[in-house]
Formats: sequence, C-alpha cells, structure tokens
Amino acid sequence: MSSAFSLRRLGALCLKESRQILRDPSSGVIAFALPLVLLVIFGYGISLDAKGVRLGVLDEDGGAEAASFTSRLSGSTAFEVVPAASRAELDALLQEGGVRGYVVVPQDFTRRVYSGCGEPARVQLVTDGAEPNTANFLNAYVSGAWLGWSEARARELGRVAPAYPEVLARHWFNPAAESRHYLIPGSIVIIMTVIGALLTSLVVAREWERGTMEALLASPVSRAEILLSKLLPYYALGMASMGLIVASAVFVMGVPFRGSLWVLFVVTTFFLLSVMGLGLLISSKLRDQFESAEIALNVAFLPAMILSGAFFEISAMPEALRALTYLLPPRYFVDALRTLFLAGDVWRVLLPNIAFLAGTSALFLTLVARATPRRLDG
Amino acid sequence: MNTLLRLLALIKKELYAILSDPKSRKIVVLPVLIQGVILPLAATLEVKNAALGVRNEDAGGASVELVQRLGASAAFTRIIPLRDEREVASALDAQEALAVVGFPADFSKRLDTMDPAPIQVLLDGRRSNSGQIAAAYIAEISAGYFAERAGAKGVRGGVEPPVVSHRYNPNLDYTWFVLPSIVAIILTVSSLILTGLSVAREREQGTYEQLLVSPLTPGMIMVGKGASAFVVGMAQSTVVILLAVFVYGVPMHGSLALLYAAAALYFVTLAGFGLLISSVCMTQQQAFLGAFAFMMPAILLSGFATPVENMPEWLQFLNEANPIRHYIVILRGIFLKDASAAFVLRHAAPLFLIAACTITLASVFFRRRMG
Amino acid sequence: MSEPAVILEGVSKGFAGLSRPALTALSGRIQAGMISGVVGPDGAGKTTLLRLMAGLLKPDAGGVRVFGRDPAEEAGPLRMQVGYMPQKFALYEDLTVLENLALHADLRAVTGADRERAFARLLEFTDLNRFTRRMAGKLSGGMKQKLGLACSLLGRPRLLLLDEPGVGVDPISRRELWAMVQQLAREGIAVVWSTAYLEEAESCDEVLLLNEGRLLFDGKPGAFTARLGARSLHLRGLAGCRRRALRRVLKFPEVSDGVIQGRSVRVILREGAKAPDPAGVDDADGSPYWVPVEPRFEDAFIDLLGGGPGGGSRLAERMRARAPTGDTLIEAESLTKRFGDFAATDRVSFSVKQGEIFGLLGPNGAGKSTTFKMMCGLLTPTAGRARVMGLDLQRSAGRARQRLGYMAQKFSLYGNLSVRGNLEFFSGIYGLHGARQRAAIASMLEAFHLEPFLEVRTDSLSPGFKQRLALACAVMHEPDILFLDEPTSGVDPVTRREFWSHINGVVERGVTVMVTTHFMDEAEYCDRIGLVYRGRLVAMAPPDELKAAAATDARPDPTMEDAFIELIRRHDSP
Repeated sequence: MSSAFSLRRLGALCLKESRQILRDPSSGVIAFALPLVLLVIFGYGISLDAKGVRLGVLDEDGGAEAASFTSRLSGSTAFEVVPAASRAELDALLQEGGVRGYVVVPQDFTRRVYSGCGEPARVQLVTDGAEPNTANFLNAYVSGAWLGWSEARARELGRVAPAYPEVLARHWFNPAAESRHYLIPGSIVIIMTVIGALLTSLVVAREWERGTMEALLASPVSRAEILLSKLLPYYALGMASMGLIVASAVFVMGVPFRGSLWVLFVVTTFFLLSVMGLGLLISSKLRDQFESAEIALNVAFLPAMILSGAFFEISAMPEALRALTYLLPPRYFVDALRTLFLAGDVWRVLLPNIAFLAGTSALFLTLVARATPRRLDG
Repeated sequence: MNTLLRLLALIKKELYAILSDPKSRKIVVLPVLIQGVILPLAATLEVKNAALGVRNEDAGGASVELVQRLGASAAFTRIIPLRDEREVASALDAQEALAVVGFPADFSKRLDTMDPAPIQVLLDGRRSNSGQIAAAYIAEISAGYFAERAGAKGVRGGVEPPVVSHRYNPNLDYTWFVLPSIVAIILTVSSLILTGLSVAREREQGTYEQLLVSPLTPGMIMVGKGASAFVVGMAQSTVVILLAVFVYGVPMHGSLALLYAAAALYFVTLAGFGLLISSVCMTQQQAFLGAFAFMMPAILLSGFATPVENMPEWLQFLNEANPIRHYIVILRGIFLKDASAAFVLRHAAPLFLIAACTITLASVFFRRRMG
Repeated sequence: MSEPAVILEGVSKGFAGLSRPALTALSGRIQAGMISGVVGPDGAGKTTLLRLMAGLLKPDAGGVRVFGRDPAEEAGPLRMQVGYMPQKFALYEDLTVLENLALHADLRAVTGADRERAFARLLEFTDLNRFTRRMAGKLSGGMKQKLGLACSLLGRPRLLLLDEPGVGVDPISRRELWAMVQQLAREGIAVVWSTAYLEEAESCDEVLLLNEGRLLFDGKPGAFTARLGARSLHLRGLAGCRRRALRRVLKFPEVSDGVIQGRSVRVILREGAKAPDPAGVDDADGSPYWVPVEPRFEDAFIDLLGGGPGGGSRLAERMRARAPTGDTLIEAESLTKRFGDFAATDRVSFSVKQGEIFGLLGPNGAGKSTTFKMMCGLLTPTAGRARVMGLDLQRSAGRARQRLGYMAQKFSLYGNLSVRGNLEFFSGIYGLHGARQRAAIASMLEAFHLEPFLEVRTDSLSPGFKQRLALACAVMHEPDILFLDEPTSGVDPVTRREFWSHINGVVERGVTVMVTTHFMDEAEYCDRIGLVYRGRLVAMAPPDELKAAAATDARPDPTMEDAFIELIRRHDSP
C-alpha cells in the first residue's frame, strides 16, 4: 500500500487495539470468564466415567447363591443397586430413568448352581438402550462381575469350569481411566477456538461498521501493519487465557502435564494463528459484526465441538466426515494437546500435527492478507 | 378480534423479515443442516475402525484364532503385530493402536487345561472412554471364544455369559440416542437466537420506538415476537424429526401430539429466556454473546452426549434449572420409550416452573425497559 | 494561478447493484488556499468524489490527479499530504481524545518536539484542551467533528478532505469549525468541504454543485445565485392563513417555487416572468405586496432543477376534516429528565392547540429528542408531566396511541421488507384490514408516488423515497396528532418542499403537528417555535417574533440561524 513497514505505526495500532480490548468488558468475559466456566463444566459436568450407575436387581430365586451374587454387585463402586420386587416395577423404573439397567436372577438359580453341568445357571441383564454409552458400561461390568463370580463359585464347588478370559486392562497415561483427563485437553481446544475465532471475527467488522477503517485506509498505514495490529494483541490475549486455563487444569483439576512447555507454546501459537486467521478472514469478507459472529460460530466453533475428536470418536465417523476432519485445525490441536498433557513429547504424534497447524496458519494468514483491501473498492 | 388482527400483522411481518432476509435465512437453515446432517453422524462414542496391536508370545494356536475373531469385528479393522515391549510402547505412544492385547507364552496351554488365562490389554489413556469400550469388546469376544472352545472339548455348563438385552435401542445405535437431543438443541438455538436478538435488532434499527408508539401493547409485542420464532422453531424441529424417522430410522414409539405439546411448552420456557436477554441487552452483539453464554453450558450439561447422573450432586442440583435437561428426557421418552402422558407431565413439571419464572421476569423487564 | 491541488477529468464511478452511476463524467479542479465546496443533496455523489480524491476508490473512467499523482495507484507518497475526515466521525469511541490524537500522530510519523507542538496547536485550535482525557464517544457532535478535524490535520497535509463536517453539529460549533477551516485555507491548504446544506455553499470560495452524480455548476457561489437576478421575492403583509396563501401563490404560472418564511411567503419567479397580482392570495383582509429579496443558493438550485414540486397534497385531500375545537392537545408541564446528574430536559413547559404546528428547534444534544420522546411516552419523565389529549401516553391504553402518528428521527422502517410489506404491517398494527386497508395503502401509494417501488426492498430506496414512505406509514391511519422527529434531515430540497406541502395540508384538515428540527429553514414553517438549548426552553414564539427579538443594529433583519445564535448568546450571558 504505502511506504514500507514501520514499527512505530504498528506499535501505535497495537496499543490502540489493546486499549480497546481492555475497555470492552465482553472480551474479558470471552477470554477469561467463559473459559473458566467451561473448564468447570468439562472438568466436573461432562463425565463418561460410570460410577454409581443405578442398577435394579430382582432376585426371583431368593436362595443363598442368588444373595451371594447380588452382594457382589452391590459391593462394586460401579453400581448403586436398587432392589426391586417385580419386573413391572423395574420396567417402570427403567422407562423413567430411575435405573439404567437391571439384573434378574431367575427362580431356580440356586438349584442350578448346585446341580452343576446339566443346566447352567444364568442371569439376565436388561439395559436402557436410550443411553448407549451407559448401556455398554453396564454390559461390560455386569458380565465381568458375573463371569468372575460364577467361575470362582464353580471352583469352590470343586468343579472343572471352563476358563474364562481374564482381561487385565491397563490405561496408559491415564491409569484411573478418568474421562476428565482427556476431556479437558479437548475442551481447551474448544475454548481457544472461541477466543481465537469469535473475538477476531468481530474486530475488523467493527472497524468497517464504525467507519474507522476508512480513516485507517486513508492514512499511511500498510496492509501488513493493519493485519499484525489485529493479530498481535489478540494473540497475547489468547496466550494469557491459555496460561490461565492450563494452570487451572493442572493445579486445580489435577490433570497431568507430561510434555514440554515450549512445545505447548509452539503448538498453541500455530493453532491460535490459524483460528485467528479464520476469524479475521470472515470479518474482513463480511464487514458486519453480527453476520461474522454467526458464521464464525458455524464454521469454527461447531466443527471444533463436533468434528475435532474433543468429544466424539473420529475413527467411528463415516468416511466422508473422517476425511473432512483432516481439514480442520482443531483436530490436530486436540491430538497434540492430549499427547502433551498425558503422554509427553511424543514427536511422532506432535510433528505432523505441528506441521499441519503451521500450514493452516500460513494459509489463513495469506488469505486474510489478500482480503485486507488497499481501497474501499478492492 | 381487532387485537388478533393486529397481532397477525405483527407475526406476518416478523416471519417475513426472518425469511426474506438472506442473513436471517442463513441463521434458520444452517443449524438444521449442520446439526441435522453432520451431528448425528459424528456424535458417536462407539469404537469402529480402530487399530489393535497384538503382542503374541503364545506358542499355541488359541491366541491366533482369537486375534482373527477380534480382527473380524467392526471395532477393529486393523491388526498390528508387535514383537517386543518397545514396539508396544511405540505403537501406543504414536497412537497407531488404540489398544494392544498381550498373550502370555502359556496362553493356549492354560486354555486347554482350563486354568484361568489372563489377557493383557493396554489402552491409550488419551482416549480412555474408547479404551474402556474396546476392552469390553475384547472381553466379550474372548468370552464367546472361550465358551466355544470349552464346548468343543465337552466341558459345558458352569459358566454362561449373562443374557443381555438392550431395551428401547437393541443395537445401541448412537443415532437413536443423539437425534432426539438434536431436536432439542435446534429448538433451543433458534428460539433463543430469534427471540433474543429480535428486540435488540429493532432497537438498533430504530424501529422499536415506532412499535412502542403504536397501539400494540408490550404484551402483544412479546407474543408477536414469540409466535413467529415459534413457527420457525417448530418448522425446524419438524424437519429434524422427519430426518430422524425417515432417514436415520429412529423409531417413533410415542405420540406425536405429546411430542408437539412438549415442544410448545419447552419453547415458551426458552422464549422467556430469550426475551429476557433481549430486553436486558441493548445491542445485537450483547444479545448474541448473552445467548451464547447461556446456551453453551446449558447444552453441555443437558445430557445430550454424557449422562447427567455422572455429574457431582451439586451440579445435578443446579442442573434442575436447566430446561434442556428436562426436555431431552421427554424427547427420548417419547421417541424411544413410548412415554405416556403421565411420564411427560412428570418431567414437564420443572419446565412449567421455569417457564413461569422466565416469562414473569421477561415481562417485568420488557415493561420496565420501555421507561 | 498556481497548479491546482486536484484535477478531475471526466471521472465516472458506479457501484454494483445501483441503477445509476454515483458519478458521471465529472471534471473540475480544486485550488490551494481556498475552501472548495462539494455541494449537493444526499445521494448526489459527494462522498464518492471525496473518496476518489483520497485514493480510497478507483474511478471506472476518467482521471483523478492529486498534486500531479494518481491517488489510487500512488497512494504511498500522497497519504502524508492528504488529510481525510470521513463522514461517520471515524473516531475510536472507546479511546480518549488524546489517545485518538496520539494514534493518528504515530500513523503520520509526527513525533518528538513536532508532536508536542502539533498537539498544543491543535488542542488550542479546536478548544479541546479541557477534554483530553474524555472518551471520544462521550463528546458532543461538534466536539467529535473538531477532534476528527484535528486528527486529519496531523502531519500538516496540503489537501484536506472533509466529508460533511457540518452534519450533527450545532450552528455555533459549525461557525467555529468554519472559522478554523478558513484559517487553514489562508495558510495555503486546499480544503474540500462537502455538504448537503445548500446555505453552507454560499460561504465557500468555489463550489462544485452535484445532483444525481452530475455536475450542475462549477464556480463561485455568487455567480450561481446571481443567475437568478431579481427573481427572488417575498410576499409580505399577509393577515390570513399563510399555508393557504402559499398554496394559492404556487398556483400562479409565473411562480416556480415557494416556501414559507415566518409570516411571509418566499417565491422564485420563472425566468422572464413578472410578479403576479397578489390580491386574492390572502384569505383575511390583509394587503399582500411583493418585496424583492436577496436570492439564496438554494433558490438558484431549485430554479436550475426546473422549480419546486407545487403546493398540492393528495394526502390531505383524502383525509377527513376535523372540526376546529381550539382544545389544547399537547401539554408539557415543567417536564424534566435527568440521566445521572445531567439534565437532558430541564423544566420545559409548553402547550399546543389543535391545528397548530409546533416546532422544537435546537442543536443536536440540546434535549429536543428527549423532550419529544417523553411527549410520546417513550421515556419516563424524572419530574413534571407530559400529556397528549389529556392522557399520559406511557400509561394510556392502545386506544389513545391509535390517534397518534409518529415518525422517528432515524429512518425507522423495516429495511428488509418491501414497500408493500411496510405499508401492510403498519396499517395492520393500527387495526386496518380488508377493504379499508387496501384502500388506505392504495391512496398512500398515489399520494407519495410510491407505486413503481411497491415490491422494492425499503433499504434500496433513495433517501427521499424512504422519508416519503416513513411519512406514509405514520399517517395511514389518519391520526389526529403527528409527531415528527427531524422529518427531513438528509432529504433533498425538492422533496423537503413536497413534504411540507403534505404537512401543511393535513394541518388544514385539523391535524396537530409537533416537530423537532435543526434546520433553520424548516422552523419557518412552524406556527410557534420552542428554542431548546442545554435542556432548557430558551425562547418560545412565532418565528418572526424570534427573529425580531434577535434583531440588532448591526443586523436588523437576521436569518433564523442568526436569531438562534443571538438568543443563545443572550441566554449564556444574561
């Protein structure tokens, strides 16, 4: 546009932008209050760890063996056993959501346990399929409890029982298999997307709406200066917010951090540049705050939520969607953050992710630079 | 009669303004597309197409047979043989495998002698939920295999796996689980955004004063704005319901009349929130952020993807005030569980209470804001 | 004469989606050391022309040279030499006065001692020294313009482009601003001042007069008005209704345009025509007579366009006549509104009788809109009472509001609805339906010439047609009282005349009108004017009496603006 790059002009523009950020309460809300609320929600509210799932138990047998088995169920921390008197009662509870499943010990259970090989003793499990994840857990836990109990019982009774597979599962990086440990790194991605894309989607549009962009274009400011003055302050804001979130995640919520901070810094930088580039691109193209925020919500926030793998399992998605996720920066950031938090500096995971994020940031920034006009008509 | 005609003029204008403007049309259509098409396909916690590492020290053939069975399941489409501990660690570290099964040297022998045969399963804790599901699959498949082998050797009885049935959703299909929630989310987003922004937009455009000096009362303005958002919200819900039933094959066991009655009640609750936001905020941007700040936590805590009962007590208690949480229970009840009117009424009771609060607050603020 | 600062040669510029180009084959030059006015009604192409000179737009055809360079292609070297103040203040409202200045100083490389000197000079010049720490958003319109001017003056530009600096500024600040700019011109800067107020043109050294993207006149403003010769006349000595007198005068074939000025009617005669016999114009027993007056820039402009729109009103013709009752319909009783410790309206009292036009005249921010909104029931008074038809509108039922028509200051129809959509909506909420609604809409379309635009989105109408539609929506239900808040700001002089023909017409049908305005011309149409300044009603009288009260020896026949400034001066230093 005009004369070469000037640090003084850039400094002046950055100072102006920072003042505006500091004086606008909504940026504080989005950068610091909302993340903390979301962190609490992801840390405590969103949990896939089935603990104390309400499980109905109907003992139709009433014998000693039945009691032995059901006491094994009530001894587990996985369940909160709700004894019931009839199937009808359990069916009603299941429909109501009062229990997520129930176990029926049939009438001649004790007799069958003693009688041995002829007619094996069986139990029945009915789950609430309307909550498939919980149903899966119930299935696994009840089956495990049942197989464990019946094999032990068979041996105690001196019978040769077929071996049952004793699956000894160990979760690497996350021994207690706490869903919080992997949901929080995912949630950081969502929060950073909100800060990076939603805030920046408003800033250029605001200058157009208020007419100040026209004054800037008529001044000796260059394109690069305008662009950088929008990036740097928001980058600083995003980094500050990231620091706060990571500190709260590690020190308050007890999520381990096993990678190096400098790698975290690099990954976050590239991710922020990508989403900020996207936000600025939207803002520069639309020049309307409301419309930009709406579009940013749909092309940045929702994909980060749904398609990044922060929540949902990418590998289980249909082919087309899986292919789509490869185009989204949040997917790579989720991968990198989870690895950094839980596994450490695993370069084979980190390098491709960093490379991709570097690529998307370059792409979006180039597009923004092109979308930043030199004149009002192009 | 006259009041009704004036109201109709207002509703007609609101609808026309929403539908004739490409910007607001986008707001109406885009969420239906994204949430109706992408979300049901993406929102799954199943394990499919995963890679399974195998570290086999077993000399016998049992482990090989078992691995073949594991590989034939939908969960694991790729088997990666691993030679030593180093390779195991590297496969897990680099996320090449979601899980690694390890068979000890005497695995086949123990199986033959009916001794307990432990299977080591190492899981990637970065995806511990998927890991747990994968472990459960492995356990289920191996239990079946073990029982079959025992049967072939003439050892029967003693240990039989439980008879499992999944009520309401026999195949544990995630789309059945997610789609009713999407109906709720769609209605939430559109009614909050449309009612939340409507007054702020009129205020920014300067048309609000023009309405206030007209013979329309604040009550009529509220009803008019609410009614037009209602029409749009119901249309979007209907699209998602049709998609759910005819495209995704979600069963519709309960009564449609109940479904729409519940939707109407839920809408009133939310319109209360929306109009409250609207009357407190001066600009569309504030209203947008306000709606967003309410919606995001409310949806996350609604149980649409993760069970409400996994939350700590205090959060469950707070969550009682979250209308989406109740509406989703009602929707799942009607879609999947053939819920009765009594069921719906029980779960709708909190909604009545919330609606009463929000509508009262909204009308108080709405009136006060005119001063 | 030295090389011109700007040379325009056959410049054309169009925008996608607009039926006619914003500028068509425009040529002209801007000289250094003087104020060049770019003058024309809204939509004439003024802003486009300024943006072309600032290098913010590139012409479709023709050439723009600023100091010998192409501003669109060689922006770099020119940016430091051109100061540009866009129309919408273009200040960062959440930065202070000093921070805004500092930003522009840094952008234009004004540093060190230079900067100290520049700030001192500009703050002194603009009289903003007391407000350096105030947020720009909290300044009055006049102070914002001064700050905008100060920002564009940093770095000592040789060409200063000011886009409508007079908008939203009270007459006193406008005069101050004008004095500053004159001083700059004396220092040798080329100043371009664009304006829609035709009377501002008279003070410029040179004028480019634009209409619908075409250049109508280029030269000294005096030369433009001189073309009228002695064709501007006042009809004085009227004793009866001046509105009816105006209508009769406009029926003379010799008269091409006429407006009300207090008790007199100002007319322009057609070229070569003689003043007609005024007997029979007055409907009381006055003896009207012609007095030649100094022609104004606006007179010449209207004359050039072929005369005014005539004096009839199809709107009034279809309205039912209300029997005159002489009742007081609108009444304010020591009306007060405080925001914090600031009194926007301070103990204002007035009353308006049926069939009267009452105007609140005052600068922006003086409190006229606040007063107005309290009268309509849009704001709750802190103290005092506002009554319309004996009712407090804020509490009254819809039935009372049914009898009101209201036209807001800012264009306030639904921009994304069509003309038909707006008419249907407003008639609908005022309870019209079926055949009555169709008839009302049809007659509005006819009265305001809106038929061709029936299905057009309201957003894309020209300012004049938007305003016509707004008035149509406000009167469709035949209200007894009309509230008009700045009804003709941003409207070209011809449409403004048409507007007042309608207002005059409905007043004759017994409708009562309360209007706010900052147009001095417009105030002349009112039966009585309340002068509002800093929240207080400074004076209240018919326009002629206000002018007479402000007459001094030095200025025996003051204009409305002179009277305004004089009365405020007296109020400030009693």
